[in-house]
Amino acid sequence: MNPVSFLAQMVRIAIPYLFAATGGVVAERSGIISLELEGLMLVGAFSATIGTHYSGSPWIGVLCGILGGLIFGLVHALATIRYRADQVVVGIAINLLAIGVTRFFLKLAFASSSNSPRINGFGGRAAAHGFDNPLLWMGLLAAPVLAFFLYRTPFGLRVRAVGEHPGAAASVGVSVNKIRYIAVAVSGMLAALGGVFLALDQHQFTDQMTSGRGFIAVAAVIFGRWDPVKAGLACLFFAAAETLQIQLQGNHVIPSQFIEMIPYALTIIALAGLVGRAVAPAALGKAVE
Amino acid sequence: MNTRTKEQLEEALFPPLVALLVALIFGDLLIMSYGQSPAMVYKLLLQGTWGNAYGFGQVLYKSTTLAFTGLAVSLGIRAGLFNVGAESQLAAGGFLAALVGLGLSPAVPGIIAVPLCMIAAAAGGGIVGAIPGWLKVRFGAHEVIVTIMLNFIVLALLNYIVAAHLHVPETLHTPEIHAGSVATLASIIPAFHGSAANFTILFALIAASVVGIYLFRSRRGFELRAVGLQPDAAEYGGVSVGGVWLRAMTISGAIAGLGGINYVLGYKHYYEEGFTGGAGFLGIAVALVGRNHPLGVVLAALFFATLSQGGLAIHAFVPKQMVEVLQGVVILAVAMSVPEVRAVLRRARKPVTA
Repeated sequence: MNPVSFLAQMVRIAIPYLFAATGGVVAERSGIISLELEGLMLVGAFSATIGTHYSGSPWIGVLCGILGGLIFGLVHALATIRYRADQVVVGIAINLLAIGVTRFFLKLAFASSSNSPRINGFGGRAAAHGFDNPLLWMGLLAAPVLAFFLYRTPFGLRVRAVGEHPGAAASVGVSVNKIRYIAVAVSGMLAALGGVFLALDQHQFTDQMTSGRGFIAVAAVIFGRWDPVKAGLACLFFAAAETLQIQLQGNHVIPSQFIEMIPYALTIIALAGLVGRAVAPAALGKAVE
Repeated sequence: MNTRTKEQLEEALFPPLVALLVALIFGDLLIMSYGQSPAMVYKLLLQGTWGNAYGFGQVLYKSTTLAFTGLAVSLGIRAGLFNVGAESQLAAGGFLAALVGLGLSPAVPGIIAVPLCMIAAAAGGGIVGAIPGWLKVRFGAHEVIVTIMLNFIVLALLNYIVAAHLHVPETLHTPEIHAGSVATLASIIPAFHGSAANFTILFALIAASVVGIYLFRSRRGFELRAVGLQPDAAEYGGVSVGGVWLRAMTISGAIAGLGGINYVLGYKHYYEEGFTGGAGFLGIAVALVGRNHPLGVVLAALFFATLSQGGLAIHAFVPKQMVEVLQGVVILAVAMSVPEVRAVLRRARKPVTA
């Protein structure tokens, strides 16, 4: 196995997880459950495809993808914060809605029920192994940058405060719901970027192309104990397992289905507290008046 | 009807009605974005579902699976638990039913084979449901995340078993079962010929009645609802909250597992990878719109089955994906209007003082 190609493939698989998981961390640290990462990624991928297809520029695609994620993120925020809807239900609804909306408009825009035409992407020089893609670097930086914001800025302190003790935060004049709106909006844009990377990397949109990656990101958030850097490391670890599986193909030591299970099984083990306990932000899932 | 029941009924019925209205408006917009007339498309949707025997048979078939998964989710919610695992419980139920059907000799009569397959289906779903229940009671692991993660694990495991040991070459399904098939409705009413409707629907109605009696007429059901409303108070009143949680998750999983009968015994007579097709997730929508009441769940199952079959009826004019958007809109609208409607109604009822 060639280490350079292993590393390159691992990073490429990890980037969508990294964007989505950092998005999940922001929202959940503010107290809003984020099961909608899958849907946000899908919307991001589709919006980026539309933007790139009609403009020819992947940068316009990136902007469209962020915008799509922002819109869906705001719908999520409106439902859970303004209307105090059950956050788990809303997350699941957003996922279903994203599948429906992307399929409907795929049909409307490209008269296809499976995929879009080929679109432009970033980089692509064989010698660079994908490292000439600016989005890849953004993905790698997302987690450390978020960690800086969460732990080293007043805004990050507020996000953590409204996620742990909204009452206490409100009593010192922090607008709990405003902070949560911002956190969920940022989460929507970040998760969407994961989908943008996928679509531009594969040079097209295909129906349900995120295929469960959003839930791997949810797993990484929990396995990383709601910490951006640890969640990022979990993403890299899950990606490494997947890369190993791909590179070992043809050599049936372990059936691929068992490799697929790794992130999910580890998350359950982490939740059960068998390898140190995963404790969620105290006010996660609780709406405030 | 006394005031209390009337108030409860209002709080239960308004959110789905609001959601329906919102969905209709969204539907209009989507249809018009495709340059078609909403009135014509809605008419077509109704004709293709309730307007002819084949379409109606398909609606009945689809609503059967949804009734099982909807009942499963709603029973969990009544106990204060969110079972997001109905998808894999349904698959596990169908898989074990097929295994038993494959293992039995063709000579075994249906009256014995069908109940055996049903027990297997309930056991399959029940085991998959019991795991998150146990993990919650024993370790405090949140059932939402555990059921989501288990969905992936169980489906991957079933895919592995079928792919490695059981599939018919070139397909994703097992061989046909030898014993234990449920008759089609067409065998009694010939007009249903060609549709997948079968007598599993009777089992679904029985399941709904049993769940209703269990929840509202039995001591165990009373305990379950008490735990769902106020776990601490229930514990103080002498109820073992952990015991109720474990039992509720197991029963919930078993009901979802029974749904597998509809496909495996009633329709295709084999287990196939992906036969669940999202019915487990849609069960959440069914429970939500049915307001977690067995009667409401059955009606909501009919509604979502109509939407899903209706998508095929209108496909020549508007892509069938429209109904998927509407499903999402309905769930979102119900979820948003439940707390809102309650607040508005309670404000309106408050006697005016001062």
